[in-house]
Amino acid sequence: MERTALKHKAGFWEVTKSLLSGLRLTWKHFTNAGKRRNPVPVMDKNYFNQPEGLVTLTYPYEAIPVPDNGRYRLHNEIDDCIVCDLCAKICPVNCITIESVKATEEIGMTSDGTKKRLYAPVFDIDMAKCCYCGLCTTVCPTDCLTMTPVYDFAEVDIKNMIYHFTDLSPEEAAEKKQLLQKQQEEMAAAKAAALAARKQQG
Amino acid sequence: MLAFVLTLVLLLGIVIVLAYAERKVAAFMQDRLGPTEAGPYGSLQSVLDVVKLLQKEDIIPAAADKKLFKLAPILIFAAVFAGFAVIPFAPELVPAGIGIGVFYLLAIISLDVVGLLMAGWGSNNKYAMLGAMRSVAQIVSYEIPAGLAILSVVMVCQSLDFQEISYQQGILLNRFSGLEFEQNWLFGIEALGIDTTKIGGITTWNIFRAPILLVAFVIYFIASLAESNRAPFDIPEAESELVAGFHVEYSGFRFAVLFLAEYSMMVLVSLVAVILFLGSWNTPLPNLTALKLANWTTGTIGGVSGILWGGFWLLSKTFVLLFLQLQIRWTYPRLRVDQLMHLCWKVLTPIALAVVLLAGIWRLLMI
Ligand code: SF4
Ligand code: SF4
Repeated sequence: MERTALKHKAGFWEVTKSLLSGLRLTWKHFTNAGKRRNPVPVMDKNYFNQPEGLVTLTYPYEAIPVPDNGRYRLHNEIDDCIVCDLCAKICPVNCITIESVKATEEIGMTSDGTKKRLYAPVFDIDMAKCCYCGLCTTVCPTDCLTMTPVYDFAEVDIKNMIYHFTDLSPEEAAEKKQLLQKQQEEMAAAKAAALAARKQQG
Repeated sequence: MLAFVLTLVLLLGIVIVLAYAERKVAAFMQDRLGPTEAGPYGSLQSVLDVVKLLQKEDIIPAAADKKLFKLAPILIFAAVFAGFAVIPFAPELVPAGIGIGVFYLLAIISLDVVGLLMAGWGSNNKYAMLGAMRSVAQIVSYEIPAGLAILSVVMVCQSLDFQEISYQQGILLNRFSGLEFEQNWLFGIEALGIDTTKIGGITTWNIFRAPILLVAFVIYFIASLAESNRAPFDIPEAESELVAGFHVEYSGFRFAVLFLAEYSMMVLVSLVAVILFLGSWNTPLPNLTALKLANWTTGTIGGVSGILWGGFWLLSKTFVLLFLQLQIRWTYPRLRVDQLMHLCWKVLTPIALAVVLLAGIWRLLMI
């Protein structure tokens, strides 16, 4: 149907017709109020094909599913993390803090078969600073740092926006540090002893 | 006193329903859901809104004219509420059945304007003052076409009594003392020779009894929108653009009263439209051949069934008009000030004058 704008001095019937068509429009929407738009994800081919029905999404009760490759809250599967520090280096806003402690013995393997040699007593991501660029997830060699579909994680206290992913308790961390120190001291002592022995020989 | 309390309770009930309906209707027309949280489908929303308003602090600006400021909301509401005194709710059921009800109503409603000015002036705020001036200018102007439209009804019905006008528009015509020998003719034209006194229903409504009143009805309806400051004539308030018009400084209980007065005004003008044009508490179903629909849906005069049927028809017709008011609000854009005055003085008033003349001539055909 072609639509033409009403002239300023349109006739009485024209104006009445246009007034009525306005009422008809709102009435149509009113009678369609029984229908609701389905909360289908944007990938669905019907996403843009729902001309009728109420558009309100009663959010906490229902939500539109997010795309798989969307960029939302980060998650680190610490068991698979080799603490290589790549993610912390690439992060443009420096919101990842990693401290590493060398292990005295081999800790184990990640699920993709890489050997783990470092403990991470601190692995914090400050979600309040994160700009969700996703760079850290691309550089991660073991794919343990990933984006989850969670986007509703507002907090009252901003300190709670810092997520701690480490699996070591502070005591364990201290213990590992001591172990490392001890090993290093032992190694240094052994080295010194070996050096002394060589000197004596020589 | 009982009538006072009952009317107040009834009015509060209607206003609460109306405030809820307004939000739901608006939402549905804009493809939204509207209130959903308070009670089932958000039905307690307007009750909660009132409770919220009552809890709020009653702020009186330091620079305000305190006496005027405090008195204005009460005066505005009293003026509107006093109008309900002469509204007949069913046959033989009217809070105050005075013979000059129409005149009284028009007079008492005009007091509203004084209250508006008091509120605007008393607030000592330029926006409130401007809002009040606009409101008053609009209401005073639109009272003219509205008054003329009502005048044409009065001429056709030859009465200023709302109850008598109501009786005239149905099968109970001859039950009103003084009208025992009156007759209704189809379209009010006796020459056609079709007696509709016993048919009743929609054929005896004023807009059918004298079809010229259909035009009067449209004029009255438009003017009544302007009088209750409803869109598309809501420049004084213009929620989406201005702060709030004359009640910008009000809060808490006094704001609630102003709000109540506004919705009561909507209800009142719709009730008056129904009574004057759309058959009042009479049933719309006519008696045709053996189907005595009108008799069945009228009940016995003065009995419980009569009151129930009367109230039912009156209120359902009123709600249809109220719905139309809501729909118009959510359909049409607002008129500019000059367009508003143009419509009133150059369009509605001349047509209303012509309608008054034609109604007089029509009355000659009816006897
Ligand atoms: S998504 Fe970007 S900003 Fe956020 S932690 Fe990873 S690299 Fe840093
Ligand atoms: S890039 Fe991956 S494996 Fe390396 S420290 Fe970050 S999360 Fe751990």
